[in-house]
Amino acid sequence: MHPENIVYFDNAATSWPKPQETMDAMYLFAAHTGANPGRSGHSLSVQAAREVMDTREALAELLCVQDMLRIIFTRNATESLNLVFKGLLHKGDHVITSSMEHNSVMRPLRGLESQGVKLSVVQCAPTGELDPGDIRAAIMRGTRMIVLTHASNVTGTLMPVSEVGSIAREHGIVFCVDAAQTAGSVPIDVQSMNIDILVFTGHKALFGPQGTGGLYLGPGLEHELTPLVMGGTGSLSEFEKQPDFLPDKYESGTPNAMGLAGLGAGVRFLQRQGLASVRAREEELKEQLIEGLRNIRGVHVYGPKDMARSIANVSFTMESTSPSEVTLALDEFYGIMSRPGLHCAPSAHRTIGTFPGGTVRFSLGYFNTSDQVSYALQAVSDLCAGTLEKRSWKSR
Amino acid sequence: MSGAEYQVILFDSVNAALLAEKLLKREGIPFKVIPVPRHLSSDCGVCIRIPAHERERAKHSLAKGVHIQGIHAL
Ligand SMILES: Cc1ncc(COP(=O)(O)O)c(C=O)c1O
Repeated sequence: MHPENIVYFDNAATSWPKPQETMDAMYLFAAHTGANPGRSGHSLSVQAAREVMDTREALAELLCVQDMLRIIFTRNATESLNLVFKGLLHKGDHVITSSMEHNSVMRPLRGLESQGVKLSVVQCAPTGELDPGDIRAAIMRGTRMIVLTHASNVTGTLMPVSEVGSIAREHGIVFCVDAAQTAGSVPIDVQSMNIDILVFTGHKALFGPQGTGGLYLGPGLEHELTPLVMGGTGSLSEFEKQPDFLPDKYESGTPNAMGLAGLGAGVRFLQRQGLASVRAREEELKEQLIEGLRNIRGVHVYGPKDMARSIANVSFTMESTSPSEVTLALDEFYGIMSRPGLHCAPSAHRTIGTFPGGTVRFSLGYFNTSDQVSYALQAVSDLCAGTLEKRSWKSR
Repeated sequence: MSGAEYQVILFDSVNAALLAEKLLKREGIPFKVIPVPRHLSSDCGVCIRIPAHERERAKHSLAKGVHIQGIHAL
């Protein structure tokens, strides 16, 4: 299928298309910089390291992080979460999370549970919303960490991160936020939100390529967090002991420098547009989509009633047709890319009452248009009415 | 190039040296990133060379942002 015939509504899985700048930066890195960042001391190696540092700087600015060396790069949010949980939680520690989490949070925590870490999963409302008071009530002696997604990948529901941040700070508990869905589309300030650890992935709203991600690690935590991976860093090469300074302690092995160059360009693209205008555009599209879906008979939309309390991920079901049949028909007949099923978040679907069947998810992004939303609404409505017709976005 | 002309600032890592580069650039202090001279460290990284008379200003502008391992005459 020609890309121009595609309506891409799967930005919560990976954003697409990327800004031209992201692709240009990766091409330029491959064509002109190429070397191993910071390993060799020659000018090309230094230039490669410089480009990685520029990406660190851009992300530090975006997340209101003062010391850019506290931005640590990994392959993705999943690796960052594994680093944080396995490196910080020990037998007997207690950790609190919500019932709306992605499996990249749930699975490693369940894994640790079988090794003696105590886990409390706080139940959210059927809209996905969390009452911060329920987090407070779950705190006990030995609570080491609270882990919370910033927004649900299933319903888009925004979590009360600032409120939970204050509760965590008040009790001296490490507060870890999974911002896989929000970094790049919702303003984040790790200082004012009392976030100790912020996990991000590069390939979603930050407009980087796949294989890039990382975390912000708050002051002092580097003395407590054990690395997941050890090895060569290009620093302190005369010693066989892992460096204890940031970010090297957690960045062993040659990084995806080309990808990180692309991520930096993606973040700078966002900064030029302004996060507020990106969010406003996505809000507008989401409202059009939700309102349209609610007006189609036989369609049920999930998530908060108040649209201001969510990001542009919209989950719905159709009375007559299963989610996988819906997405297949949308793909085959209309060229619309959506995602059916459980979205790697079975607990979230249990919470909203759609387990095990799941939902159809439309996740919108900055490059979607109002016309595309109208086209998709027509498609859903055709499907509901049983009047499927082969169409394409370009020749609509 | 006489020994009195330049000083080199050593850092924990290339990352730290490149952060220092950003800070010096902001202050308009002239510098050059060079490989660490072998007699100063066996490490394979880079350091920052500055004109000797900029030593105090450089030290001051780096103090807040990055850990300095040492400053040496070249
Ligand atoms: C809320 C949430 N957390 C974590 C992840 C994991 O991100 P990644 O697959 O890039 O590791 C995702 C997306 O897949 C997500 O939606």
